[in-house]
Amino acid sequence: MSVSTGSRRVLEKGPSGWLAAPALFFFLLFAIIPLAGVFFLSFTKWDGLGEIKLDGLSSWTTVLTDPVTGNALWVTAKIMFFSFVVQAPISLLLGVFTSASQKYRAVLAVLYFVPLLLSSAAVAIAYKALLDPNFGLGPGLGVPFLAQDWLGNSDLVLFVVVFVIAWQFVPFHTLIYQGGVRQIPASLYEAAQIDGAGRVQQFFAITLPQLKYTIITSSTLMVVGSLAYFDLVFVLTGGGPGYSTRLLPLHMYLTGFKANDMGAASALGVILVAIGLVLALVLQRLGGKNRNASQLEGA
Amino acid sequence: MASTTQLPTPPATFNAPSRKPVQRSKGPGRSRPNFLGGLGGWLWLAVIIVPIYYVVVTSLKNQAGFFTSNPMMPPTEPTLDNYKLVLENDFAMYFVNSLVVTVGSVVPALLVSFMAAYAIVRGKSRFLGWTNRLFLLGLAIPLHATIIPIYWMITKAHLYDTLLALILPSIAFAIPISVLILSNFMRDVPNELFESMRLDGCSDWAMMWRLALPMTRPAVVTVGIYNALGVWNGFLFPLILTQSPSTRVLPLSLWTFQGEFSVNIPAVLASVVLATLPLLVIYVVARRQLISGLTAGFSK
Repeated sequence: MSVSTGSRRVLEKGPSGWLAAPALFFFLLFAIIPLAGVFFLSFTKWDGLGEIKLDGLSSWTTVLTDPVTGNALWVTAKIMFFSFVVQAPISLLLGVFTSASQKYRAVLAVLYFVPLLLSSAAVAIAYKALLDPNFGLGPGLGVPFLAQDWLGNSDLVLFVVVFVIAWQFVPFHTLIYQGGVRQIPASLYEAAQIDGAGRVQQFFAITLPQLKYTIITSSTLMVVGSLAYFDLVFVLTGGGPGYSTRLLPLHMYLTGFKANDMGAASALGVILVAIGLVLALVLQRLGGKNRNASQLEGA
Repeated sequence: MASTTQLPTPPATFNAPSRKPVQRSKGPGRSRPNFLGGLGGWLWLAVIIVPIYYVVVTSLKNQAGFFTSNPMMPPTEPTLDNYKLVLENDFAMYFVNSLVVTVGSVVPALLVSFMAAYAIVRGKSRFLGWTNRLFLLGLAIPLHATIIPIYWMITKAHLYDTLLALILPSIAFAIPISVLILSNFMRDVPNELFESMRLDGCSDWAMMWRLALPMTRPAVVTVGIYNALGVWNGFLFPLILTQSPSTRVLPLSLWTFQGEFSVNIPAVLASVVLATLPLLVIYVVARRQLISGLTAGFSK
């Protein structure tokens, strides 16, 4: 076991490395080894049940020449972009809104956070019913525009997915921003007020710059997190209609567990890991600071 | 907490140069009511509430009522038959499964993460530094990209279609964020406290439980809640690692209900309400804990 060889070096002061061993063991076994495994399996042929056979680069050729892969990447990029553009400003504004002292805002905040409790499966099922053109919101409110076949129209469905994602995840980011705003020293606002700064000026001169690290944290979670929108889209659209909402993680799942091509699915998994790593590194660079330390310095 | 709102009187030096009377505001530096903000706030409330309202109202309709009445109107004759139908379809078993998986993953994950965080913060060895870096790496990687090897490992270990199959990877996936949050809090415990305990002859094991744990209890609760929500609502592992009804957890049961009762939308939505109810109760009872639990790690 790699654990023991490493911890033998611990002779100086401080607690023994053995205390970290159980966590490291679990993490190596079910995260790092599978990570190496997905790389390995991408060079094999496996239907999920039988023998795993080495198969060179054929899975990669399949995946890289398949237009569905390119489409999945494009869909992922679009959803990543639109869900960021929609969620980031709303969460920021709601975070500022709910951090204030007014009673009604505190009450609203209690209700805002309810979607945090719901599983993606529950949200997706609820929206499937709600968006039904015959028995959902549209006929209920008598607004013909709302009575479209939202999930069956490949031009609309992507935006529906973005909306539902925002509905589910804006509350979480609102919470992050609320915490960030509450750490801004009150004296800054006092000073600005004395200088006669209005509400909008205060927002741009104090709130926004003070939230720099909160913005980085939230944006990182949003962007990297959009590689994980699997269950919501899986239940809501199943990737359809056609391939119009077939995100990369969904494409990986369907390739592996429905088309029984685990080799190709593993190649897609490697691509997913690579994108996640690159995104995290880029965002970290943009932030210029370790995410660990960020918020304390921001305050 | 709400530091922006309960403003202390600013230091005199701030007032002196401006020579203007200090306005006593009631909000975070806001004297006039913010109508635009208020409007946006109520608008967002509508966005949040309408789907929830629709789900609850529809779940109380009978099937005929669902097809004939206005979808947004409350039922003329509310019925709990849908809830009865869901409960009769092994809902209690799925609930217990979810509970077992959640407790079974969160408690061990907390324990091992806490010990690791203690070692990482208090220890100085290179090994611990690398361990910490490995966990941080885990935060950047979309771990669910590894489902195929995990599926292979679970089947090879003959754990496929057991609750343990869900528990083991859930523990592993909870570790990076848990260690990060716990070690952030543990760094704030004053070193002098540890030193004085060490002088009293305490071992690391004793210091961990008698000093570090009480001092970081809020963080432990936080991490526990955060992970519990994630595991309770998890869908991907149950989807690929279990199969039979006896190992089904709640989120997966919603999906299968939807398949089985596809024509009975009120029953499907009743299952959604029932699956959310436990968390809603916890939210009502322990809202503050839950909310701070969700953010503490990120705003720290």
